[in-house]
Amino acid sequence: MPSQPASDEVRSAPPLLAVVALGCERDERWLFEGLDLSLHAGEILQVEGPNGSGKTTLLKILSGQFHDYEGEVLWRGQPTSRVRDDFLGSLLYLGHQPGIKGTLTALENLAWYQALGGQPQAKVEARRELAWAALDAVGLAGFEDMPAQQLSAGQQRRIALARLHLTPRRLWVLDEPFTAIDRDGVQALEALLLAHAQRGGSVVMTTHHRFSQASRLRRLCLGAKEGEKAEQGSEQGSEQGVGGKDTASTQGASA
Amino acid sequence: MNHELLTALPEAPPTSSLAGAFKATLARDLRQALRRRSELINPLVFFALVITLFPLGISPDKALLATLAPGLLWVAALLATLLSLDGLFRQDLEDGSLEQLLLTPQPLPLLVLAKVAGHWLLTGLPLALMAPLLGVMLGLPSGAFGVLIASLALGSMSLSLIGAIGAALTVGLRRGGVLLSLIILPLYIPVLIFGAGAVQSAVNGMPSLAHLAILGAMLALALLLAPLAIAAGLRLSING
Repeated sequence: MPSQPASDEVRSAPPLLAVVALGCERDERWLFEGLDLSLHAGEILQVEGPNGSGKTTLLKILSGQFHDYEGEVLWRGQPTSRVRDDFLGSLLYLGHQPGIKGTLTALENLAWYQALGGQPQAKVEARRELAWAALDAVGLAGFEDMPAQQLSAGQQRRIALARLHLTPRRLWVLDEPFTAIDRDGVQALEALLLAHAQRGGSVVMTTHHRFSQASRLRRLCLGAKEGEKAEQGSEQGSEQGVGGKDTASTQGASA
Repeated sequence: MNHELLTALPEAPPTSSLAGAFKATLARDLRQALRRRSELINPLVFFALVITLFPLGISPDKALLATLAPGLLWVAALLATLLSLDGLFRQDLEDGSLEQLLLTPQPLPLLVLAKVAGHWLLTGLPLALMAPLLGVMLGLPSGAFGVLIASLALGSMSLSLIGAIGAALTVGLRRGGVLLSLIILPLYIPVLIFGAGAVQSAVNGMPSLAHLAILGAMLALALLLAPLAIAAGLRLSING
């Protein structure tokens, strides 16, 4: 896999997702303040930090769910609120809860997301075929007609992960995607994320998982102590491939 | 998890049909509710229980009960609806599908309208269809059955729409039930007055079309405004 993420052409374009002077205050303490960040096509941003450092909050801000913040979130150089349809149409967000209904089968759960997310294939049969293939890809073949509540927690998360295969979305925002996934699944998911980056997509995620292959990967540490350098490039040194210079000056949790 | 399925990213995000999204949301809610039947019959059982107790508590006198019947039926149906509202968005919030609903490029007011339509089909409509049976118990003249069904069917649509505003506002709270009632009961009063009024005039042998027309007008207003308020309420709740 080439470690140079994107072509120069893409690099000169405005970053896919950018954050300018982002600050968020909760319960009278700053989770982060003055956060600048830019994410280009083909990059994976891993948000790290201790529990309670605001990782999920940052992801909710980036995905446009949480509005109580300072600063700006830009999608291709424009505020997300102004290009909302384009932004939401390009976004795939997976939160803490998988968004799966226990009483519905895996296929029925996916069918709803297909209808919401604009599956180009209009035919019911073709869509079912796609959903089936997506479930197969996450190792759930044979479980597609079982109510989700009869599946294990990991399998339920796999239903949610099947959505990554379903609709081509440019930006994936994933909150702890590796939770409850077994070792083989973790490897496969890692490969999937890299493949997504390789096709020009971007990923923002929170996880404590260490990637075995660190190309295209950048890290952002929230809640780092003052003076400590908040952002590190990936260990295998793809830092020069990284576009924005980011500093997360976190006026840390006084607690 | 192989990744052979990943296709090239489209330049523009894929467009989906609004009608398809509406239908899928409605179908999903209906299917889901039909698989957990015990919750489904809760409001109906409540309705039947309350109405059964009235003749025992007041008096078995048929003439007396018949004069009270329109009001009793309407109040009981209204409370049964109220009882069912608390869970309208709660489960979606807990399993994460509410976030997903809010993150679709589709207009949220229309998607929540699908959810409210599902709620009405599973509570308001069955309540309206069941009401004549309970009307018999209260000695309601059979001439008023048609108006009873029509008024409850029309009125409960408004009740579902208005109630969903309260449900959306209180979905993030642990015990939002009381607050929910406080928020929406004042808004229910006009519906109750004209709904019960329609049945009352039918009992008295007077035309009840005017009452039904006003119920219809209230429904039109609720259809227009409530989805916007529900969507705004959900965004507020999620933001908290």
